[in-house]
Amino acid sequence: MVTLSIESLDVALGRRAVLHGISATLAPGSLVGVIGPNGAGKSTLVRAMRGLVPAAAGRILIDGQPITTIPDAAIARRVAYLPQGQVLHWPLSVERLVALGRLPHLAPFSAIGPQDQAAIDRALRRTDIAHLRARDATQLSGGERARALLARALAVEAPALIVDEPLGSLDPGHQMEVMELLRAQATAGTLVVAVLHDLSMAARFCDRVLLLDEGRLVADGAPEQVLTAQRIAAVYRMRVWTGAIEGQAAVVPLRARAD
Amino acid sequence: MTRPALLATLALLCTIAVILSLLVGTAPLPPARLLAALTGANDPVARIILFELRLPRALLGLAVGAMLGAAGAALQGYLRNPLAEPSVLGASSAAALGAVIALYFGLATLHPVLLPATAIGATLIALAALFAFAGRSESPLTLILAGIAISTLAGAGISLALNLSPNPFAAMEITSWLLGSLEDRAFDHVRIALPCIGIGLALLLWNGRALDALTLGEDSARSLGVSLPRLRARLLLGVGIGVGGAVAVSGAIGFVGLIVPHLVRPLTDRSPGAILLPSALGGAALLMLADVAVRLIPASSELRLGVVTAFLGVPIFLVHLLRERRLW
Repeated sequence: MVTLSIESLDVALGRRAVLHGISATLAPGSLVGVIGPNGAGKSTLVRAMRGLVPAAAGRILIDGQPITTIPDAAIARRVAYLPQGQVLHWPLSVERLVALGRLPHLAPFSAIGPQDQAAIDRALRRTDIAHLRARDATQLSGGERARALLARALAVEAPALIVDEPLGSLDPGHQMEVMELLRAQATAGTLVVAVLHDLSMAARFCDRVLLLDEGRLVADGAPEQVLTAQRIAAVYRMRVWTGAIEGQAAVVPLRARAD
Repeated sequence: MTRPALLATLALLCTIAVILSLLVGTAPLPPARLLAALTGANDPVARIILFELRLPRALLGLAVGAMLGAAGAALQGYLRNPLAEPSVLGASSAAALGAVIALYFGLATLHPVLLPATAIGATLIALAALFAFAGRSESPLTLILAGIAISTLAGAGISLALNLSPNPFAAMEITSWLLGSLEDRAFDHVRIALPCIGIGLALLLWNGRALDALTLGEDSARSLGVSLPRLRARLLLGVGIGVGGAVAVSGAIGFVGLIVPHLVRPLTDRSPGAILLPSALGGAALLMLADVAVRLIPASSELRLGVVTAFLGVPIFLVHLLRERRLW
């Protein structure tokens, strides 16, 4: 169980201020969607939550402890992170790739043990790629590769999981599967933070949605409170229909420009 | 091939190469006489040839080859570039420049230790410059560019020395040193090279896990608990000290660092960490076999090692390139 707290966080990349005064406390067992237009600072926010970019002001706390005071290896065991648009630099087999997720748990110079192997197998099964385990990961289709990389993050089996655009390059069926998988992880007690572009998915699966616009947190709450047609019009500058289809929340873009 | 089988095969190859290296030389000594000398027979000539000439040469071949192979493997993994080799960071050229300076000013004739010592000194200076230029940057590209700049500058220095050399003999001495050789190396050289290479290998072989994590890129590696600044410091120091020490005693021997990782990679699971140790063993075996070859090939003067590793290595590399459509 991990609680991530963000306290009036400012982040600057180079000289450009990217995030301004973000505060939120993310509780274990919830699926938190981070949404907002391109360039709103979503990726920077989740990178800062993992301690990959320094805070210009404010701080990030993991279970009340400032992230800057926790050793890298200890954070790695508690927070798993899947970056956006990940590239694989060597042609590893899928199983070897997923096994990289066990690195934070291995003692120096020790090999992968039965517990690690069990975690790897679970991650392969959950992402539905167990049949691809011997394949070269660089030769998979885009969707298969995306699932293999997600399996790598799941194999860490950390109490918090941060995923940056996990749905890119997945077909609608696998998008649903991944969202259901993230939902199940959250229900099982993991804190899942997902950067999402699909507002319907955010509305349907998330417990809580953080809406960013130009580096500021403009809305934070349950999806039905955050994802109103009016607010989406103001932030995304487009007109949408919001409602429910067969009892499932949906946000359907109608046309660009809000007027 | 499983990892223990691969390591055992490579170790066996190294052992065979060492035995060949001890048996083969310009003085035709029958193996029985060498074996007798080894076990303590009173045969001063055989003992001197064995212990003063062939043993240091074999030890240096092993150490230098292992260092070049491991450095190539570590750098290919770190820079995520299949073209990387030890000279990428400018370490080899700087060491060569140091040695050339020692040859040019005649320091090398004062004491045999002065040449390798200057070479190591020059490597450390180049390394410090590399740290100053690229030490803080996260990107491997900055490091490659700074390394190429340093390498080019050192190359220009070598050209200058050749240009200004007082007579053709001095220029020839420099050129032939640059081609690389293990001829006439003594235990003084072993004493200089081994500690450097030992430190270098230790710093490089340590990084298997971190290099594996880097397969996923810098953010993922950091999210898996890898400290990138420490990894970079270990790699730069390892390559600088180790390759500096190796080039200082053997001259510039190319291709080993580039080719060996590519040769062993298909025999492993292809992760950068898994090829470190096999590359060290493979490099040692390749260099030793090349050094045996230079002694066997009849020529008016002994062939230079750098020439042979190129002729031996490149065809193997090309055949391999044709068989494996994709190498990395």
